[in-house]
Amino acid sequence: MIPRPHLALAATLLAAFVVSHFSDRLDPYFLDVMIGVGINVILAVSLNLVNGYTGQFSLGHAGFMSVGAYLAAAVTVLAGPRLLGPDGGSALQQGWLFFAALLAGGLSAALAGLLVGVPSLRLKGDYLALVTLGFGEIIRVIFQNVEVLGGALGLNGIPAYTTVFWVLAFVAVTVFVVTCLVHSTYGRGFLATHDDEIAAESIGLNTTRYKIVAFVIGAFFAGIAGGLYGHFKMTITPTGFDFTKSVEIVVMVILGGMGNTVGVILAAILLTLLPELLRPVAEYRMVIYSLLLIMLMLVRPEGLFNFKVGKIRL
Amino acid sequence: MIEFLQQLLNGLSLGAIYALIALGYTMVYGVLRFINFAHSDVFMVGAFIGYYLGRHVPAGTLGGGLAVLAAAMAGCAILGMVIERLVYRPLRQAPTLNVLITAIGVSLFLEYGGQIVFGAAPRNFPAIFPETNLHVGQLSISSNQLFVIGVALVLMVGLQLIVFKTKIGTAMRAVALNPQAAQLVGINNDVVIAFTFGLGSALAGAGGILYALNYPSIDPLMGVMPGLKAFVAAILGGIGNIPGAALGGLLLGTVETFVSGSQWSTYKDAIAFAILIVILLFRPAGLLGKFIVEKV
Repeated sequence: MIPRPHLALAATLLAAFVVSHFSDRLDPYFLDVMIGVGINVILAVSLNLVNGYTGQFSLGHAGFMSVGAYLAAAVTVLAGPRLLGPDGGSALQQGWLFFAALLAGGLSAALAGLLVGVPSLRLKGDYLALVTLGFGEIIRVIFQNVEVLGGALGLNGIPAYTTVFWVLAFVAVTVFVVTCLVHSTYGRGFLATHDDEIAAESIGLNTTRYKIVAFVIGAFFAGIAGGLYGHFKMTITPTGFDFTKSVEIVVMVILGGMGNTVGVILAAILLTLLPELLRPVAEYRMVIYSLLLIMLMLVRPEGLFNFKVGKIRL
Repeated sequence: MIEFLQQLLNGLSLGAIYALIALGYTMVYGVLRFINFAHSDVFMVGAFIGYYLGRHVPAGTLGGGLAVLAAAMAGCAILGMVIERLVYRPLRQAPTLNVLITAIGVSLFLEYGGQIVFGAAPRNFPAIFPETNLHVGQLSISSNQLFVIGVALVLMVGLQLIVFKTKIGTAMRAVALNPQAAQLVGINNDVVIAFTFGLGSALAGAGGILYALNYPSIDPLMGVMPGLKAFVAAILGGIGNIPGAALGGLLLGTVETFVSGSQWSTYKDAIAFAILIVILLFRPAGLLGKFIVEKV
């Protein structure tokens, strides 16, 4: 019998195909919102691996997202015309280029995650939060100074390759990888690191390596999400990936309940749709977020959506 | 040489402000073991108190300026204690991560609440102190710079006296060393912690006024960068260590000023974090701190 997560993955990929097949007939606004929701789900689920399951507090997820966004955009904008020829290539060729660009973005974000993780994951709690925040700022300053990538003005003219299919497919892959990883024998180490680091070390787990693995995988998917975001908005600026964006993702993880994938997905959907519904009070968005954070920590620190689904806690 | 001295002076006056903010971080970390992210926004509120009060005192007088400074310090002290009472005290027994998240929440609340109350556009901070430029040789010294360094020095000496010569200071050190043992010898931890928050926030308020004097454009997000850098300064000196915070602040301010005067000026904001990473890699306890192994 095929294991349940694999079945879910296959079903979601099929759904992605079906939805993208009918996407011409759907409302474009609805599709846009759906893409936004999907990108945020990828970000939140991947951050949940670090902040939730492994219990490390990273505030630099937007930084990794920006690495992925810039690298993927660099591939399609700078190398794209040369590879596809003057006529722009066929849809299939564009698809392959986009896929390669996303992978390049994800891998470079993972590399950035490794570079950040190795020195900083020896630290605990608040120190780690601060170092990841600092790295996010450094990445932003670097992109502001790289003229090839548009400098402080940002990179424009990115081809609009992101479709509902790509987003849904990567949501499925992200959720699949994170779920399978955490439920594998190896993945129990993430939870052990989260529960009690000293105890985990005393039974011979290399907690630093677990933290780095979580960090690198989280950064990889943040990079993918960044690539999708860049090819969806068609323009990216260094300031678009600042501290506020990182906080937004953190709020999704906390609201959903740290270490609870289903809850985090629900929270990501809710928090992406909420601003759409609350356009008139858009300026109060961050105030509402901050109050949400404080109230949750005071009243319900385990998260809003932290309940068991059936017997299996996804 | 002249340029070097000029930059050194600029750096020291910026560093003095970082040091004042860093002291608040370090003291709170000392007693509660968590980063008070909202500290940088208390700093911002201090500058705004100065902005609103500064218009009602005679401009450019020493007395009026000092009155505004004192009011900002008092206002921030109250704000700090209110935050502690309402938000941090209920979480005294909660895991560190929860407190940290709450602190970020409070920080965002003050920043974006500030944008709604004060408006998001930058304001011009009034010149509340008399301003002159002194010339020593070719060196140009603004009275504001001297004033910043002077006030910072007085406040730091005052803090040192409070912590080491008064009864409440002794209690603060006792709570920092071991909260349970402090309680056993009859110290009311809640009072001490509230006092620590008040003291640290008052210094942040003073820092806000001094910062606004030298960089007279204030907005609700003005605290974010100086706050982060001040925190780096606190780690640089060794968190929980009061002379360390002062040293770290001065060092960081000086380095940053020299970098912004060089060809690498666009990387100015990244330098603090680069220093942070190097310090954490090679000397995680900071320059003056002691490394303590966590025991079960």
